[in-house]
Amino acid sequence: MTGQAPDAVATETAVSRKIQRETEPLYINRIKVYSKAVSGPWRRVKWAVLAVCLTVYYVVPWLRWDRGPSAPDQAVLIDLPGRRAYFLWIEIWPQEVYYLTGLLILAALGLFLATSLLGRVWCGYACPQTVWTDLYMLVERLIEGDRNARMRLDKQPWSPGKAARKAAKHATWLLIALATGGAWILYFVDAPTAIGPILRGEGGAAVYVFIGLFTTTTYLLAGWAREQVCTYMCPWPRFQAAMLDENSIVVTYQKWRGEPRGKHKQGAGWEGRGDCVDCMQCVAVCPTGIDIRDGQQLECIGCGLCIDACDGVMAKVGRPPRLITWDTLANQEAKAKGGSGRFRLLRPRTIIYVTLIAIVALVMLGSLAMRATVEVTVQRDRNPLFVTLADGSIRNSYTVKISNKTWETQEFRLSVEGLPGARLSLADLPEGAAELTARPDAVATRRVFVTVPPGSPLRESTPIAFLAERRAGGETARHESVFLAPRK
Amino acid sequence: MPTKTEKDAVTGTMTTGHEWDGIKELNTPLPKWWIYVFYATIVWAAAYYVFYPSLPWVRGIAGWSQRGELAEKLAAERERVRPMLERIRAMPIADLQRSAELRDFAFAGGRAAFADNCAPCHGAGGAGAKGGFPALVDDEWIWGGDLAAIQRTITYGVRSGHAETRTSQMPRFGADALLTPAQISDVAEHVLSLSGRSTNAAAAGRGKATYADQCVACHGDTGRGNPEQGGPSLVDQVWLYGSDKASIERSVYLGRGGVMPAWTERLDEATIKMLTLYVHSLGGGR
Repeated sequence: MTGQAPDAVATETAVSRKIQRETEPLYINRIKVYSKAVSGPWRRVKWAVLAVCLTVYYVVPWLRWDRGPSAPDQAVLIDLPGRRAYFLWIEIWPQEVYYLTGLLILAALGLFLATSLLGRVWCGYACPQTVWTDLYMLVERLIEGDRNARMRLDKQPWSPGKAARKAAKHATWLLIALATGGAWILYFVDAPTAIGPILRGEGGAAVYVFIGLFTTTTYLLAGWAREQVCTYMCPWPRFQAAMLDENSIVVTYQKWRGEPRGKHKQGAGWEGRGDCVDCMQCVAVCPTGIDIRDGQQLECIGCGLCIDACDGVMAKVGRPPRLITWDTLANQEAKAKGGSGRFRLLRPRTIIYVTLIAIVALVMLGSLAMRATVEVTVQRDRNPLFVTLADGSIRNSYTVKISNKTWETQEFRLSVEGLPGARLSLADLPEGAAELTARPDAVATRRVFVTVPPGSPLRESTPIAFLAERRAGGETARHESVFLAPRK
Repeated sequence: MPTKTEKDAVTGTMTTGHEWDGIKELNTPLPKWWIYVFYATIVWAAAYYVFYPSLPWVRGIAGWSQRGELAEKLAAERERVRPMLERIRAMPIADLQRSAELRDFAFAGGRAAFADNCAPCHGAGGAGAKGGFPALVDDEWIWGGDLAAIQRTITYGVRSGHAETRTSQMPRFGADALLTPAQISDVAEHVLSLSGRSTNAAAAGRGKATYADQCVACHGDTGRGNPEQGGPSLVDQVWLYGSDKASIERSVYLGRGGVMPAWTERLDEATIKMLTLYVHSLGGGR
């Protein structure tokens, strides 16, 4: 490859990719993408997002949040054995998993909105696959050099130097993968106390299995699979077409300005030709190895690195920047006809997405604000429906459950209304008082008897209500139920 | 049938040669490793057949079985709860009921044991059944309803054949011709009068003498029964064999006496204690 101009190399891979597509059978060897380093505003944005995402990922498990003496003080923690999830001041029990559902719905709608406005910005900037692939490419570039150096290295026969570089690259990749898998575990355990045993090899088999799993997947997906994850595995590119329309702002090659393309000699005029000098820099920097000038395509992740590459070339040849730019397909059509086009951010599609996001967010916030930290439920026992006692009294039994989501012991006084003369007693406590105690962060289950003395006028079914009065003061919870008696 | 491959005019992509009703499939080739992964799954499946039980009567060389795994888990679980059961066994039952630490465990264990062993006769909720299966949720107890009495009844059973069994024998007054049908009718009327339901005072009066001769020993002179001897109360609202006059006559004619196994022959002491606690809590415990 020595002696060839970089641009010629770029042309060769791009052309070979096209040729292979036309002649190869149903399965092809992967055409390796050697993406070239690039600098510019969008590359800087991508670095910034990468830094923020990685910082969030690695720092969050170490944030502390004081919940009192007996509660975990990790700000974000999913406690699987204890069946609790903690997020700052919110503590979620398994039966409240719908909050997670709500979050996922919000995330999906947010993705729809972002896509209908800005195309695949998620794919290009914030998706973990993109972030880690970018990080891996940085490592690769630091160790093996930029695009041309890497292509040369791969074509060289094996030598100690090549082996050393490859070994260094894979070792660094594996280290990053290990740190990724390791950090994932910290979301499920108390990070400061768990990190020591994990590093000393005393973390337990399950921990290492999961670290191994995430290490392997990170290494394979970010190191080897890369853009193939987006092209072959991820469902998102397949249905993004349903969110995108001609008014979405996407990475676009301005065909009307660029064509007819062709090499440009220094000093030659620009009349009768387009601005595209066919330098192939947009293809060379593309992390998925496509040619943006072919138009919108499945493989494009919308990262905008080709914009930076093209702007650099346009500056060199003295043409205005943004031959490749962020624009809408509708604008491009208008501009091709000599018009100017305009951005339409408010469209039925985006309005619907914003409305849906607002509704879901409000419902979630509302339910979170009104969420009871101490819940009392009363369930009628159905086997048997009622019991006739020796003296002819009729008794029904109920199961009272108190879910105490606070970290203090909660005491309740239970009473029943709607049945004159009814007596309330606790099943398995000899004292027989209607006092209920729920330990902190636990569910207290007690059977309660309601007994009506003989001779009381009783219908087959009498509506009654239980009142659970909190000893510490505050609200009294009311629960409707029925009292059943034998048919007269 | 595959036809010739050709370049699609619209997309510029080659076709695979597959055609259905004029619809041609474009060739967008997958990477080769994709199909290698597919082959690997086939190899994996074959290996699975060798290592794990997949075909009838073939055990697989890994020696694993679902039943074996269950047995292991059960053994581990038994090992885990053994110290608790040991403490329950050593603790007097009255203390167990008051032990904040062990009560919930014993209660849960008792509930499980009840479903396995007691529910067939006494019902899943302890409601019993007509015809001799006493309810455990009411406050009428033939053999006593305090913890010690319940524990003893469960341990040795009723007419179980165990040496320590609780036993009582109500004579077959009619079948063995100990009383005449007229006497039986009168004594049944007297029994009804004990709970204030007699409609024939003369018959009830005639039956009183027979009752005093034949029944007081077990049921007591006022009909309140005697848990020491297993004589059920005749004055309350709970009737194991029916409370109408015909049912009472039938009980007197045939005699009554159900059988309950001695559970000490099948259950360990700790389980019986847990069962006692559970049965006591069902609603009738004294």
